[in-house]
Amino acid sequence: MSRDAKFRVWRGDAGGGELKDYTIEVNEGEVVLDIIHRLQATQAGDLAVRWNCKAGKCGSCSAEINGRPRLLCMTRMSTFTDDEVITVTPMRAFPVIRDLVTDVSFNYEKARQIPSFAPPVGVAPGDYRMAQVDVERSQEFRKCIECFLCQNVCHVTRDHENNKEAFSGPRFFIRAAELDMHPLDARTDRREFAQAHQGIGMCNITKCCTEVCPEHIHITDNAIIPMKERVVDRKYDPLVWLGNKLFRRDKD
Amino acid sequence: MSEYEEHRYDVLIIGAGGAGLRAAIAAREAGMRTAIICKSLFGKAHTVMAEGGIAASMGNVNSKDNWQVHFRDTMRGGKFLNHPRMAELHAKEAPDRVWELETYGALFDRTPDGRISQRNFGGHEYPRLAHVGDRTGLELIRTLQQKIVSLRQDEEAASDGVDDGVDDGVAEMRVFAEVTITELLLDDAGAIAGAFGYRRETGKFVIFRAPSVILATGGIGKSFKVTSNSWEYTGDGHALALRAGSTLVNMEFVQFHPTGMVWPPSVKGILVTESVRGDGGVLRNSEGKRFMFNYVPEIFRAKYADSEEEGDRWYADPENNLRPPELLPRDEVARAINSEVKAGRGTEHGGVFLDVSSRLPAEVIIKKLPSMHHQFRELADVDITKQPMEVGPTCHYVMGGVEVDPDTAAARNVPGLFAAGEVSGGMHGSNRLGGNSLSDLLVFGRRAGLGAADYVRGLGGALPAAKPGSIEAAAERAVAPFQPPAGGGLGENPYTIHRELQELMNDLVGIIRKEHEIQQALDAIDALKPRVAAVSVEGHRQFNPGWHLALDLVNMLMVSECVARAALTRRESRGGHTRDDFPQMSAEWRSKVLICTIDGAGIAVTEQPITPIRPDLLALFERSELEKYLTESELPDPEQPATGSAEGGRP
Repeated sequence: MSRDAKFRVWRGDAGGGELKDYTIEVNEGEVVLDIIHRLQATQAGDLAVRWNCKAGKCGSCSAEINGRPRLLCMTRMSTFTDDEVITVTPMRAFPVIRDLVTDVSFNYEKARQIPSFAPPVGVAPGDYRMAQVDVERSQEFRKCIECFLCQNVCHVTRDHENNKEAFSGPRFFIRAAELDMHPLDARTDRREFAQAHQGIGMCNITKCCTEVCPEHIHITDNAIIPMKERVVDRKYDPLVWLGNKLFRRDKD
Repeated sequence: MSEYEEHRYDVLIIGAGGAGLRAAIAAREAGMRTAIICKSLFGKAHTVMAEGGIAASMGNVNSKDNWQVHFRDTMRGGKFLNHPRMAELHAKEAPDRVWELETYGALFDRTPDGRISQRNFGGHEYPRLAHVGDRTGLELIRTLQQKIVSLRQDEEAASDGVDDGVDDGVAEMRVFAEVTITELLLDDAGAIAGAFGYRRETGKFVIFRAPSVILATGGIGKSFKVTSNSWEYTGDGHALALRAGSTLVNMEFVQFHPTGMVWPPSVKGILVTESVRGDGGVLRNSEGKRFMFNYVPEIFRAKYADSEEEGDRWYADPENNLRPPELLPRDEVARAINSEVKAGRGTEHGGVFLDVSSRLPAEVIIKKLPSMHHQFRELADVDITKQPMEVGPTCHYVMGGVEVDPDTAAARNVPGLFAAGEVSGGMHGSNRLGGNSLSDLLVFGRRAGLGAADYVRGLGGALPAAKPGSIEAAAERAVAPFQPPAGGGLGENPYTIHRELQELMNDLVGIIRKEHEIQQALDAIDALKPRVAAVSVEGHRQFNPGWHLALDLVNMLMVSECVARAALTRRESRGGHTRDDFPQMSAEWRSKVLICTIDGAGIAVTEQPITPIRPDLLALFERSELEKYLTESELPDPEQPATGSAEGGRP
């Protein structure tokens, strides 16, 4: 069942690097991360890669395989033909640290800029009551494993470093949507915040993020579009505008 | 080697899983300057792998549940070797810890009346596990992670009035991602003075000066070949505590989860959640027989169904039927699977079948077990709504760990050292019930945070000074793997030694143990010691996995020796320690626990009397049940009527 496969792996650091060729054993049922580990153990002891769970649950081993953003642990070798050369490169939208490891601190900075869950006033712990159907909308977004593949693929920042400051990216649009749709979150300005401070308006709905999401979260349809629509509703709908002026508008 | 990055904190927390993050919240809320060390990125800790849920007797699904029932289940699961005070605190405080998570933003699955839903699990009398599908650990870690962010935002708003999320560099709480601690720093009197480590990204050394350290480093599973554990589980906290002069307890008890994936080989060991069985899945051998009915031990016979019909009725009518034996505690199920495979009734790839496809409609399976559905489809080409899964035991959890004071989580012998979560020992006795880990993290993580804060306040601002020379010595040890071997040549490859260690632990100190095999393992471990010392790695210090593994290996070898020595000493079978040559449980052995300490170049094991169960807690059990576990002298006065359980027995 064992065969030899041709791999090209990017080796280098912030100062530059190159694709290195390897020929390496592959066995039945293996995933790309298994092969990277075999390279470490036999040919390249210092090959840098992040990984933790090897089961698609932690979102650590994000990289690009033949140019496509993927989790190394969830990409099976059987999806390639036997003579195919498999090229593994680091995520392109983040600065390289070494080999397949990139500096993803951008994401943690953006996470800190979103106002946190605001507990409902006057509801004691243990007294939270929510219907299953209502929590499910937010639960979809809480499936996110923070692999940052969506952040990597999004063309707003992938090729435009200067957009990073104003643009939080898909991972944090679903965080905003999750809080907006949380049945008991006390804040009422999640959508305005997404517009004013997260740059959700820069997204033009090409759905690349949804396509690469290993958790199959409907990022565009269920989070970004509703958040955009509602922001637009409120910003430009004269009736809503009037309502906001006359009454302190609560969540709808 | 003279340049060190240096930081000063009140409480230093090593580990950023559930226990570490909950400890950080408690310490910070108690006013402490707090640092959190993650070996990987923030939010990636092994806690994300927990699937089934958090055990807490909220009574949302069955109102008969309360802390006493949870306490009883926990003691039974641990075969009465649990530290009774830990089991008591855990059962009492778990509901508050779960409810608290909702105030941080957690979104659990709900009951029809809008409360937190609870599911059945092995060894738990009532539906008790708060859950989010089968990704509860992810919800827990994300919730705590976001609470940490929230505390930082509050601090930010208070410091300069601008809630801009920008780190001003003076944060009272900081997360240090991708940092590995290699040594604890002690003062001349042996009290905690801080810790020494390196940044994985750059390889540069970092020193934390702090009067208190909370170990929250998780387990030791990476010493075994077939494991559900991630690379981080190298026993760092266990080894740090030993080297600092503290003690480990119960190290012979290692939990093999009954259901790990067995095929394909590259995923062997990956966890298949117990919820599959809690929600109706059954175990069958290659002959199609539900074999668990043959493996109900005497001590549990009165509580489990003896026919498939009754077991099946239980899911709909738990009041009038006994539960199916697939829901026995994990140690029992793992041994049963092991026996079936050994008897030649295993599957093609050496496991047994776990089938939910013939038990539940496809849409229910996808709704309740989404991660399992995804995992098997992506990794094994198996659709669990149509086919059974192939499963077998996998190293999952270590019950043993740092011996702690239950109320404060303080470790022994080392003032300022605390431990919580999997790295601590005692709470789970000889076997942990599913769901009791996440609740353990929350209950004792918080207690450790408070314990450390009290200790630091008691010092009145004094910071113990690290022993002269200890930092330089730590630095020297850390770079040793870069030294070329003394005799020239290439030196030992850390990956090769790691594989050998994993194989020997799996084969010789695994699920079923024998004296001569354990002895063989100890000899092999002795033979590995000089080889680990002679490891050499290529490349430089920037994000070099070979170097990282070389340093982790030292810890793995140390905890492996603890497991093997304690396993050799305990001549009985109990929970996560099964001796083929001593297959019975012994009341004499229950009355003592084994303590590991460092002794020269090796590990010393000593016996210590177990903490007695308080009379009011003993009274929660029928005397007839206690007779199965305790020695005559430990039993309560027969004249004294038990106040507790009338439950149990056939309905």
